[in-house]
Amino acid sequence: MAHTEWRDAPELPDFSLLKRLARDQLIFLLEQLPGKKDLFIDSDLMSPLDRIANVTILKQHEVDKLYKVELKPIVSSSDQLCFLIRPRIQTVKWISDLVNADKVAGRFRRYKIIFTPQKFYACETVLEEQGVYGDVTTDEWNFYILPLDDDILSLELPEFFRDNFLEGDQRWVTTAGSALHLLQSVYGSFSKVYGIGRCAKMVYESWRELMEEGEQRTRQPEFAKVFLVDRDVDFVTPLCSQVVYEGLVDDLFRIKCGSVEFGPDVTSSDKSIKVMLNSQDKVFSEIRNEHFSNVFGFLSQKAKNLQTAYDKRRGMDIQQMKAFVSDELKGLKQEHRLLSLHIGASESMMKKKTKQDFQELLKTEHSLLEGFEIRECITYIEEHINRQVSMIDSLRLLCLLSITENGLLSKDYRSLKAQYLQSYGIKHLLTFANLRQLGLLEEQQAGETLTVMESKVGKLVNDKTVGKLTDAFSSLAKKSNFRALSKRLALVPKSGEEYDLRVPRDMAYVFSGAYIPLSCKLIEQVLERDGWTGLEEVTRMLNGQEFAVTGGSSSSEARNKTDAQRIVLVMFLGGCTFSEISALRFLGKERGCRFIVVTTAITNSARLLEALLDNHA
Amino acid sequence: MAFVTANWNPLGEAFYRKIELYEMGWNLKDGLRECLVAAAPYGGPISLLKGHNRRSPSARPQLEIYSSSGLPLASFPWKSGVVKQLGWTVSDDLLCVQEDGTVLVYDLLGGFKRHFSMGNEVSQSQVLETKIFHSPYGTGVAILTGALRFTLATNIDDIKLRRLPEVPGLQGAPSCWAVLTQDRQSKVLLANGSHLFILDNTACTPVTPPGLSPQASSIVHMCDSFSYKYLALLTDSGHVWMGTSNLKEKLSEVDTKIKTPPKQMAWCRRPKSQQPSAVVMWDGLLIVVGECKETIQYHLDDDSILVPELDGVRIISGTHHELLQEVPGACEEIFKIASMAPGALLLEAHKEYEKESQKADEYLREIKEQSLLSEAVRQCVEAAGHEHEPETQKTLLRAASFGKCFLSNFPPEQFVSMCRDLRVLNAVRDYTVGIPLTHTQFKQMTVQVLIDRLVYRKLYPLAIEICRYLKTPEYQGVSRVLKHWACYKVQQKEESDEVIAKAVSVKLADAAGISYSEIATKAYESGRTELAIKLLEFEPRSGEQVPLLLKIKKSPLALSKAIESGDTDLVYTVVMYLKNELNRGDFFMMLRNQPVALSLYKQFCKHQEQDTLKDLFNQDDDHEELGNLYVKASYKEQRLEARIALLQSAVDEYYKAKNEFSAKTTEDEMRLLRFQRELEEKKGELLVGFSLHDTMTTLLSVGLHKQAEQLYKDFRVPDKRFWWLKLKSLAEKEDWEELEKFGKSKKSPIGYLPFVEVCIKHHNKYEAKKYVSKVTPEQKVKAHLAVGDMEGAAEAAIERRNESEISTVLSRCSATTDHLLMERLNRAKATAVKK
Repeated sequence: MAHTEWRDAPELPDFSLLKRLARDQLIFLLEQLPGKKDLFIDSDLMSPLDRIANVTILKQHEVDKLYKVELKPIVSSSDQLCFLIRPRIQTVKWISDLVNADKVAGRFRRYKIIFTPQKFYACETVLEEQGVYGDVTTDEWNFYILPLDDDILSLELPEFFRDNFLEGDQRWVTTAGSALHLLQSVYGSFSKVYGIGRCAKMVYESWRELMEEGEQRTRQPEFAKVFLVDRDVDFVTPLCSQVVYEGLVDDLFRIKCGSVEFGPDVTSSDKSIKVMLNSQDKVFSEIRNEHFSNVFGFLSQKAKNLQTAYDKRRGMDIQQMKAFVSDELKGLKQEHRLLSLHIGASESMMKKKTKQDFQELLKTEHSLLEGFEIRECITYIEEHINRQVSMIDSLRLLCLLSITENGLLSKDYRSLKAQYLQSYGIKHLLTFANLRQLGLLEEQQAGETLTVMESKVGKLVNDKTVGKLTDAFSSLAKKSNFRALSKRLALVPKSGEEYDLRVPRDMAYVFSGAYIPLSCKLIEQVLERDGWTGLEEVTRMLNGQEFAVTGGSSSSEARNKTDAQRIVLVMFLGGCTFSEISALRFLGKERGCRFIVVTTAITNSARLLEALLDNHA
Repeated sequence: MAFVTANWNPLGEAFYRKIELYEMGWNLKDGLRECLVAAAPYGGPISLLKGHNRRSPSARPQLEIYSSSGLPLASFPWKSGVVKQLGWTVSDDLLCVQEDGTVLVYDLLGGFKRHFSMGNEVSQSQVLETKIFHSPYGTGVAILTGALRFTLATNIDDIKLRRLPEVPGLQGAPSCWAVLTQDRQSKVLLANGSHLFILDNTACTPVTPPGLSPQASSIVHMCDSFSYKYLALLTDSGHVWMGTSNLKEKLSEVDTKIKTPPKQMAWCRRPKSQQPSAVVMWDGLLIVVGECKETIQYHLDDDSILVPELDGVRIISGTHHELLQEVPGACEEIFKIASMAPGALLLEAHKEYEKESQKADEYLREIKEQSLLSEAVRQCVEAAGHEHEPETQKTLLRAASFGKCFLSNFPPEQFVSMCRDLRVLNAVRDYTVGIPLTHTQFKQMTVQVLIDRLVYRKLYPLAIEICRYLKTPEYQGVSRVLKHWACYKVQQKEESDEVIAKAVSVKLADAAGISYSEIATKAYESGRTELAIKLLEFEPRSGEQVPLLLKIKKSPLALSKAIESGDTDLVYTVVMYLKNELNRGDFFMMLRNQPVALSLYKQFCKHQEQDTLKDLFNQDDDHEELGNLYVKASYKEQRLEARIALLQSAVDEYYKAKNEFSAKTTEDEMRLLRFQRELEEKKGELLVGFSLHDTMTTLLSVGLHKQAEQLYKDFRVPDKRFWWLKLKSLAEKEDWEELEKFGKSKKSPIGYLPFVEVCIKHHNKYEAKKYVSKVTPEQKVKAHLAVGDMEGAAEAAIERRNESEISTVLSRCSATTDHLLMERLNRAKATAVKK
């Protein structure tokens, strides 16, 4: 099942080019401030930066010391300070304070802020309001895309989700548009663009504008199609527990920027080890998409094979031994090391996941997805809350319950919420407010409220802008319609049938055969139909906002099946999970095409919900 | 054809010719007498100021502007101060330097553009003399003041006044002076008697031109060449000295034998010319001097002025407009009498060919034998470019074309582009347009600039035709012209907004790269706000629309346009602008109708202005959000009292929002906080800020059961939670006795399986077993398994005849130890399945 091995797989474009572009620009920017300088980096930019330009490269360009931005007073003796930051008001304010403090102390330094991926007017306003606009030079590092793997590109913007969907702040839309434009200008145009969701539409518009402004270069496209999808189209999938190996690793150990830190319990030593998880890792690339119940068996088989390979050296003569040592041994050693790590990881996974609790948790999730024994589920969730099992998991179950049931009954909503607050404190009143705003956790409304609102707004709908207002409202008062969607798209396979996880027959395998991710199913359907025709009812339940546009290259080109025509770019706005990526890889294999996932960030249930807590702000 | 050389005059090695460009179309009574005249280079317009030195206020001097062919472009009475000098800028604007140092700028159609001053010092001591010059930086103005000091501005579009150092020993006005451009700096060269000085920013340096004949006692005139590379000096002894303008090298010196001071002197050079030459003009006489002793003398009937050009000198008189230049090499080769140059032979061959004479072949043969045919074609093409008469051009081009026939793979580009260029040149040289450009000048000035010049003259159709004909890219060509046209159009006051908007949109519809916002700005500047808005509708780029909309105070429209664009930076710009522009209430009202802008502004306030956020919610009566805001604030507050006060505000807001649930919960929180503090004070346990659950856990763990019970009752904690809590904390402390008592206190709401599991978790199998019997039948198997009692589990499973439970037990059995048990289970399973 190793993904890259299937015959006739189309060649993927070389994304390392993007890294080179970003590096060159960064070096150029650093050289704009000649001489020794201290560099302050936003903490969440550390890992991405490391993938682009490591410390050695930075030192070569006269970076003296590196600091993490901590929003505290600094101790730096350098006369030149360079800040590499995301365009956040808070950080800019901190820098302004630094500059002002230096001024008071009569200290003269040079300051340069490099915003990445772009600067925002709001940040400049802050500089202006704090009276340091003239003291600071600003620049942009257009580092839009970090290739995490052969088929995963990330914008590394976790805040995209909260900013865009919760706060209604659309500033990142142009960023996403620019990222697509970058891909297009480096790798060629697309023949067709599909999308669903309000944000997707806006991103497409912003991209289109960039296309129109720039010069048109006609060249052989390297991707056939692009699919843009908003995270809020499908909240169910990221809320489910992940059971595919890569997803599980992410849930348990948190993969950060393509690498994971395995603790002592995995490495069976007293050190933690940082491992890059990508297709370069031969062992990992074979198990990443597997259901975790298969992983252990696979690994032990692998271990046996490895042993046989080692055993070969018995009975070798000197010559053969020499060849073995020089050719194979290094590879085997490497594989050995990785293998033992992954075995360690899966052991620790098994320890946690085969426990009673996890099984029951999964069972509850599956019941919720199927809409079966809801009362029992509620009791289970209640107990979960009362026992303070896990703050995030409880919240996750509550959200799943609400989405799958189209909101909670008033009685249940109040009692569960009250109990949750008792367990975790009243500050979560704010969390609940956020969840409600996003439609993740709602109280069932008496039927008419929504229509009243709609008709009220309807009276105003003449103006284009008011049209947008309606959108805003409808997304506020959005119904999940999960049950109906699930039926329509056959997301939940009929229960009772045995599902052999070793030989997956559809994308449901990523959730133990209990559920096909809605997002991936949509993509499959649209690609199959080459548009949205026939899916009208589905899109209506998803609040519409779907589109399909034919791009630059002609249809005759599309018909000849070059490699490029079998590559589909999927952009998740607001993050995507490893389970979805695995599902898409499976789908690609089934349909003889390959998917490249572009996401604003890799997400999972914990990240999604943590973004909605309000105690950190 | 025979007359081509009729107007040629030999001078040393070279020939000079005087070509008539136009018979002037103007009708001047007194010719150019008593006029201030300025003519722009590159065949530009001519301005006249008549009677400028009549000082009576009753008779205002008349300022007139003409094209090079003498067609009137503008005329108006001069109402400002006394003009000392007229001059043209590189972009065809007229500069009028007044006595007081004020410079007025007009466009070539007489429209006033702006004015600027040359500084206080100039206005105090008045302008004595002034010169307008061109440098690589643009057009400059140099002034000699009454105080005998020089003030200089190198570029009038970016005025930086420079006052040059004093000249030692200068008693009166210098006998002559000129502006030089050297080393990217403008300097003044002046003659005081026989002494020459160079004035730069810092110093005044005396200089001596090498080899200047000693009999001169004074330098009466000087001029530099069009390229500022060469300098000519005229001494009172009538000698013309010519050399490089850095005064390092002398090129020649000629005696004119005329000792009266001349009216004007100018260089007459062309690129690649054979010798340096200058033209000196006296009343009624014009002399061309070169390297040799001889000179060419022309008689002038009328007052004239000299206009130096890149490749010659134009002579404008009251009636005629002529060009005096050295005959270009190619023309000389071809037309010189008895020339045997290949070009001449080819021309001859073609003539014979037209006459159908076999001599054509002989000539051709002669050229071909020397294999100079391609050279001949080249000569003809080049010469055609230098000829002014279309007939001559045609003859030469035909000859070239004829010669081309006998050449294989001769590159056609030169021929084709020459034909095109000549077509354009003939069009602009036309009497009605009046731009007498030579081909050399045209190449130097480029098509873009020519188009600009036509646009300045509002000759839009011609400009567009030329762009199309020369296939200029739309951005630089047609679109640019159309934009200028539209900008002009919107200023036409007599037409209505609708008509203009329609006309503009129709004309510009399919042109690429049109910026409607620029046109709209123009409309706004000429006071037509409504038209500007109409035009902005056509602008596809919101980024361009919005700033103008703000400028014309259409902020609501600007806001909605910005939002439509989806560009948050743009929205921000508008919001910040509005914030400063409007009063708070109006500002909030406007935001309220624009949710996108509102949420953006809220984001900003969250970090920058918390209080504004509160005002915003207040204005909207959004009590729910206000409540949330207070709750959030309470978490940042360290002092308990303040915290409770904030929560109280939250409670009030929640009640206003009719959100009883949140209000009650918040009230509970306040109660809890007070309770926690009380206990903290009494018992010294750190509690404040804990959740209810955590508080109870802490209380139980330190043995404050009574207080925990109190919370349980006061806060209506569900039984289940309390039981779980107590169970866990007792097990934690391994207080098994208390646990047993607790288990028996009443029927457990969470059942007894948790008891079993908790005990096992703390490795107390013994205690665990105590509760197995109390477990409900459904959970019995689990309980037995938990304590590791396989028999009991098997018993329970078999009793319940539950297949899956039996399987579970089976899976836990090991084949070696539980052999018998497994058999029993398998049997039971079989029957259960059967059932």
